[in-house]
Amino acid sequence: MGLAFLIVLCLIAFSSIYFFVMKTWWFQLGASTAAAGLDHQFVNTGVAMAVAFLVAQVGLGIVLWKYRDRGDASRAGYYRGDSRPEVLVIVLAACLFMALDIGVDLLGGHLWAAERFRPAQPGATVVEVNAMQFVWYFRYPGPDGKMGATRPELEDASAGGESAIGLDTRDAASKDDFVTGVMVVPVNREVEVILRAHDVIHSFGMPAMRFKQDAVPGLAIHAHFTPNRLGDFDIVCSQLCGLGHYKMHGIVRVVAQEEFDKWQAAREAEKQ
Amino acid sequence: MASLASTAAVTGSGISVGNGITDLHGRQDYATRLRRARLGLFVAVTPILMLFISFTSAYIVRQGLPTFDPGTNSLTRDWIPVHLPSILLVNTCVLLLSSLGVELARRQIKKETALVFAAPSPAAPSVAGKGLPWLSMTLLLGLLFLFGQWTAWRQLAASGFYVATTPSSSFIYLLTGTHAIHLIGGVIALFVAAMASVLHRAVTTRSIMVDITAWYWHFMAVLWVYILCLLEFAS
Amino acid sequence: MATQEFAAHGTHAHAAPQGFIRKWIFSLDHKVIGMQYTLLGIVAVFVGMFLSLLMRLHLVWPSAVLPFLGEIKPETYLSLVTMHGTIMVFFVLTTAPQAGFGNYALPIQIGAPDMAFPVLNMLSFWITFLAFLSAVGAFFVTGGAPLHGWTGYPPLSVLQSSGPGEAAGADLWGISIALFCVGALLGALNFITTTLDMRARGMSLMRMPLTCWAWLLTAILGLLAFGVLLAACILFLLDRNIGTSFFVPLGTINGVVTAHKGGSPLLWQHLFWFFGHPEVYIAILPSMGIISQILSVFSRKPVFSYKGIVYSMLTIVGLSFTVWGHHMFVSGMSPYSGYAFSITTMAITVPSAVLTFCWLATLWRGKIRFTTPALFGIGFVSLFVSGGVSGPFLAQPALDIPLHDTYFVTGHFHLIMGVASMFGILGGLYYWFPKMIGRMMSESLGKMHFWITFVGAYAIFIPMHYLGLSGHPRRYSSLTEVGYLHDLIPVQRFITIAAFITIAGQLLFVVNLCWSLFKGKKASDNPWEATTIEWTTATPPPHDNFGGLTPVVTNGPYEYGVPGAARDYVMQTDPAVATATGD
Repeated sequence: MGLAFLIVLCLIAFSSIYFFVMKTWWFQLGASTAAAGLDHQFVNTGVAMAVAFLVAQVGLGIVLWKYRDRGDASRAGYYRGDSRPEVLVIVLAACLFMALDIGVDLLGGHLWAAERFRPAQPGATVVEVNAMQFVWYFRYPGPDGKMGATRPELEDASAGGESAIGLDTRDAASKDDFVTGVMVVPVNREVEVILRAHDVIHSFGMPAMRFKQDAVPGLAIHAHFTPNRLGDFDIVCSQLCGLGHYKMHGIVRVVAQEEFDKWQAAREAEKQ
Repeated sequence: MASLASTAAVTGSGISVGNGITDLHGRQDYATRLRRARLGLFVAVTPILMLFISFTSAYIVRQGLPTFDPGTNSLTRDWIPVHLPSILLVNTCVLLLSSLGVELARRQIKKETALVFAAPSPAAPSVAGKGLPWLSMTLLLGLLFLFGQWTAWRQLAASGFYVATTPSSSFIYLLTGTHAIHLIGGVIALFVAAMASVLHRAVTTRSIMVDITAWYWHFMAVLWVYILCLLEFAS
Repeated sequence: MATQEFAAHGTHAHAAPQGFIRKWIFSLDHKVIGMQYTLLGIVAVFVGMFLSLLMRLHLVWPSAVLPFLGEIKPETYLSLVTMHGTIMVFFVLTTAPQAGFGNYALPIQIGAPDMAFPVLNMLSFWITFLAFLSAVGAFFVTGGAPLHGWTGYPPLSVLQSSGPGEAAGADLWGISIALFCVGALLGALNFITTTLDMRARGMSLMRMPLTCWAWLLTAILGLLAFGVLLAACILFLLDRNIGTSFFVPLGTINGVVTAHKGGSPLLWQHLFWFFGHPEVYIAILPSMGIISQILSVFSRKPVFSYKGIVYSMLTIVGLSFTVWGHHMFVSGMSPYSGYAFSITTMAITVPSAVLTFCWLATLWRGKIRFTTPALFGIGFVSLFVSGGVSGPFLAQPALDIPLHDTYFVTGHFHLIMGVASMFGILGGLYYWFPKMIGRMMSESLGKMHFWITFVGAYAIFIPMHYLGLSGHPRRYSSLTEVGYLHDLIPVQRFITIAAFITIAGQLLFVVNLCWSLFKGKKASDNPWEATTIEWTTATPPPHDNFGGLTPVVTNGPYEYGVPGAARDYVMQTDPAVATATGD
């Protein structure tokens, strides 16, 4: 039975780690400036944890095999773990693990700070992300650079676009706002998102951008990311929001700056 | 001695039969039961405290909480303080008085118990009637307090503040209502303690019941003063 | 047994009850109540497993039409998710190892005739049972069970029109949890008072079996945490039914403007997780106590560092109230708070690592007997490590960004909380069955049950980490709407097949249990040759546990392999052998 454990534990440990090392199932190819740092930190943590995992599982297997009851008259060793050297070993193990954790934390701490401790840079592309059951709408501020007022009582989901988010056209700042179903942003420039939810909590997740932030009713949450690759990327709702949670899918389309300017000018022209 | 020990069957609910009370065994038994009951009350009071601490933190958070107003694209605060009905001060006095009452009842039955231990008699162990007036007074004052709270709620409603009217009114009803529910538990305990006397339960049992009820009652009184201060001053 | 000493004078025990109702239904005997709770846990785990089986089938065969249930719609899937989580966390993990085994074994292990407050104990079981009925009842009301997940975040869970099941179903869910809180608090009251006040002579705190420490610390956690959950439930039910706005701000739902305004969904999350994180330790600590016991018994040596284990558990209890924000890194909470929570979360991994080290060191240089309880104890250690190493990824807020609300989280908590704790429960059941029933369970069926469950659990939950890395969100009822999820369907299929086999393997346990109840080999008083007090009593123990006597304790609980002793184990109540812990 001890040998069976050793074999099974080794199989489980090595096969689990194998798929991580081979990146058989891995993060999507990064499309933002944050991706490289995050992926690197993941690998750092992974190595540390893999070592701990292997040592513990294989160690367990070896101990089970080596110290199995062989049916003889011998007794187990009477170690109670309260002698000085034994206590020292325990303290050492604790310190080692603490160092591992702190080390890993220190390595990655700046990533969070860079993402979240500072507001968006001036000149960032501003997009208001509107989340509602079960669709994403994106509002752009137009030439005046200001988001106009919206009112819940004006929301009309069937009319789509501006009406769906309840845009209050009486407000001067609203007149040039336009709403799209696809989030278009220019590459290599910071994007500031203002996250708003109209009904329940949703979460704006873009796996390729390594970005996720809940959209909470009653709040307008500011966050930012910088796309650095062209293409269409998935937006997946990442907080249970009702029966349509699985189909609350969106697209973020990263285009060259010139193409974005053209697209934006065309949409703004429609609003005049 | 052995027969005394075996007949002094004590269940966890504190009902004792037989006469294993006044011997050394009974005295140790009484001390043990009292200590255990008090420990139990201390433990039981902790989650009640946690309940009110949770409500307090929700109250403080909610007061300062900004909410996004889409009409102005800015954060606004919507806390409207509510004027507390002045009857609450009267109720407070009633409750504090009742606390005094139950404390007197507790001390009285302690004396009664000590007397029984000092001069043991093989006769019927209960000395009925002595502790009754204080307990009944507390019971009446407790009911008066609850009636006063009910009046306060009626006054609030009359001035237009129901449970869901504003967040501040919600908290007033929530805090005072939850306190009242727990006080009703105390009232029931008082009633049972008073009944124990009428039903001639052993003085040791009655002593423990009154002791626990009294400490619980004091806790409810202190909690009430805290709630009142929170509602009045933390705005 | 001639080697233990008992005080020769009477204890105050209530007379044994007569009649079926008083003996088995409304019993005041902690042993019966413990078995009632254990039975409730077993019923609940099968309900929970059945729900998860339906979930797994739907994910990979969405158009399957099941007998009696028909086709599973998205909202049905989510109600399965919600009730699976609710039933498993509350009625299995929080109930079986603590209220189940704790009620049965704690008084005996500390040498007490019963719990401190038997009437409250009985009440706590029946309130918990009512709570379970309320939870299951949610499936049968109009709209069905709620779809908001066991975490019940508002406004989804508060707005009655936010989805099917969010009307009466969600109310029953809230009531169930509120009732559960009350039952759990009454239980905690008994555990704490009994452990602090009713230990037999010589049973100092540092001579208590580690199971008793675990039950005590779990009860303390529960005492402090369930009150907060109850507060949250009260506010929840008020928001839903009276129109208050604790949790719900102004918004719309289904095109209708809500009647609420100004509330904060984050307030619920803070209250819920302030309870929620201690809750996961409530789920795991009793199992830690049980397997610490089991590993020592079946290695035939003392636990390696009794004090290390006690202090680690104490540290976990203290720290567990400081880490709740790691569930809320991307919730909209202040990122500075997020950083602080990350530090406390990293800190709490240290005592867990010390515990694992102590368990490994207990097995080291042991004389390991691979009985069924031992297998589950060993399995616990492996699963705890596996679930544990995925924690530090999630504890870093930056790494939590891509992993939050993905299957990575699901794999993590199932391994470390679900399955590990379940192994503690199963280990405890196989271990104490002989004492409870007086018969042995089949070892061969038990071993088969272990291996299928152990390998099966890994096959189910390790692949979920890969899904999470690939960006697969949680709680998606269908994988057809998002392109990259298509490619992950084969992994989901693998998981479903593994789940099917593992759940089928649990039938071995049911067969073993039912057969052994009546036909198992008769058990001696101490079949495992263990040292704690419950193995000195008759099998099954008499009504007051010790037949009118009181144990006197002279030794520690893990005196195995004592040099110079006649046998390789010394009972806690044996005065004849001087051990290092006798004084």
